[in-house]
Amino acid sequence: MDKKGFSQHISRQYNEDLEQIITGVMTMGGLVEQQLEAALDALVDGDQAQGEKVVTSDYRINAMEVELDEACTNVLARRQPAASDLRLVMAVIKAITDLERIGDEAERVGRMALHLLEEDRQRSPMAEIAALGGQVKTMLRGALDAFTRMDAEQAVRVAQEDIKADAQYDSIIRHLMKYLEDNPKSVPPVLDIVWATRSLERIGDRSRNICEYVIYFVRGKDVRHTSFEQMAAEATGDRR
Amino acid sequence: METEVKTKTTTGAHTMAQNLDGSPTMAEQKQPEVKMSASQLNLWYGDTQALYDINLDMYSKEVTALIGPSGCGKSTFLRCLNRMNDLIPQVRLQGDVTLDGEDIYDHSVDVVQLRTFIGMVFQKPNPFPKSIYENIAYAPRLHGTGTSRSELDDLVESSLKRAGLWNEVADRLDTPGTELSGGQQQRLCIARAIAVNPEVILMDEPASALDPLATATVEALIHELKDNYTIVIVTHNLQQAARVAGYTAFFHMGKVVEFNDTDTLFTNPKEQRTEDYITGRFG
Repeated sequence: MDKKGFSQHISRQYNEDLEQIITGVMTMGGLVEQQLEAALDALVDGDQAQGEKVVTSDYRINAMEVELDEACTNVLARRQPAASDLRLVMAVIKAITDLERIGDEAERVGRMALHLLEEDRQRSPMAEIAALGGQVKTMLRGALDAFTRMDAEQAVRVAQEDIKADAQYDSIIRHLMKYLEDNPKSVPPVLDIVWATRSLERIGDRSRNICEYVIYFVRGKDVRHTSFEQMAAEATGDRR
Repeated sequence: METEVKTKTTTGAHTMAQNLDGSPTMAEQKQPEVKMSASQLNLWYGDTQALYDINLDMYSKEVTALIGPSGCGKSTFLRCLNRMNDLIPQVRLQGDVTLDGEDIYDHSVDVVQLRTFIGMVFQKPNPFPKSIYENIAYAPRLHGTGTSRSELDDLVESSLKRAGLWNEVADRLDTPGTELSGGQQQRLCIARAIAVNPEVILMDEPASALDPLATATVEALIHELKDNYTIVIVTHNLQQAARVAGYTAFFHMGKVVEFNDTDTLFTNPKEQRTEDYITGRFG
């Protein structure tokens, strides 16, 4: 985030309000990244302690969402922000909702990982799941980085990575369906893997959402539900 | 300064060839009709230039807000629109101002008549020291648009109704206008302006001397008047411009920096100076 842009209001208190919100989003993003990291350790490596940590730590992210929502509401009520300030507040309100949901998905991955500890993990396509996990972890980091720098071009690059995540997800699901056809008695553990894989894929989608809010903030263009080509055109177009 | 108004464009999924309900899209809706227009307008107070090359269209039956810091020329520009600056000595003007395509500064134009087409409401409510009835009836009687008592009665009632004041004063039309509250006085002034059946109403900070409730009433009235009149309003209150105006022009140092539909100007201004002003940053 170009903090300089938010330190030039005539009201110093307004500067501080906005900077606190931005710092809060970064902190929340860091917590969500930690949760995803721990969830992947539990799922891919079978680390029970990390799985339990994910399941018991989600409340911190939920609390941050509530706190930041309140801070944004106060800015709207007290400052009636306009232009880039308004777009920032709107982007933050949307981004923290997605971050909270990413936290929920990470928690679900952790729960499924704990279930799977009691199963035969060797039969799961764990290498592919690890690759998907690594992909969405990179996407989340990239999305948070783009948000921090408010870099629209980086946001487009990260959003486009969702194509790869979707393809990896499809491949894993095909693999699991084939496995189920051959082993119809393995439905419960396979379902756990399906849920965890689905959660990882959703983390990719939500990271893409965050990238779209970055483009909205920087360019003032709503690129939700558009093609990647349109998104790229809006993000790289001359703003002024 | 670019005066061409861009129709609102979006890039989301809602940008479709046709709306789902079959109604016309933004792009299909017809462009607003220009009611008043200023082109290459320059104004000097003695040797001091106050307006520089103003090009601005004001659309029919729309509210256009003029915003900008003190001394930026927005009130000076507003007064050009009904030749109020003619009354100020040493004012020199260059350029054109048109109403329905006709030059209002043409030698053949009768200024008194012009002001029946282009009414004005000022910052401080200024009712005449006469009864409520006479405040409304005065100008129509002067212009000969209401001669009989019954015609004037009808005009007073319809003007007060259109200004949203009738229900509050119907039983006391003989009371002096100056005894009304500030908000009522301002609506009386609006009713007075309406009484001569203008086509354009100019408002110079019409709510700045009013409390929040009276302001809300005047703003609601502006919204209703828009259906029948073209309104140009100068305001220091940015939120007021955002609430009442369909189009907004940002003035700075005697120039129009940016003009656009209000939604775009307040969410995604194109000029850095506009952004700095509406977000309260150091200019």
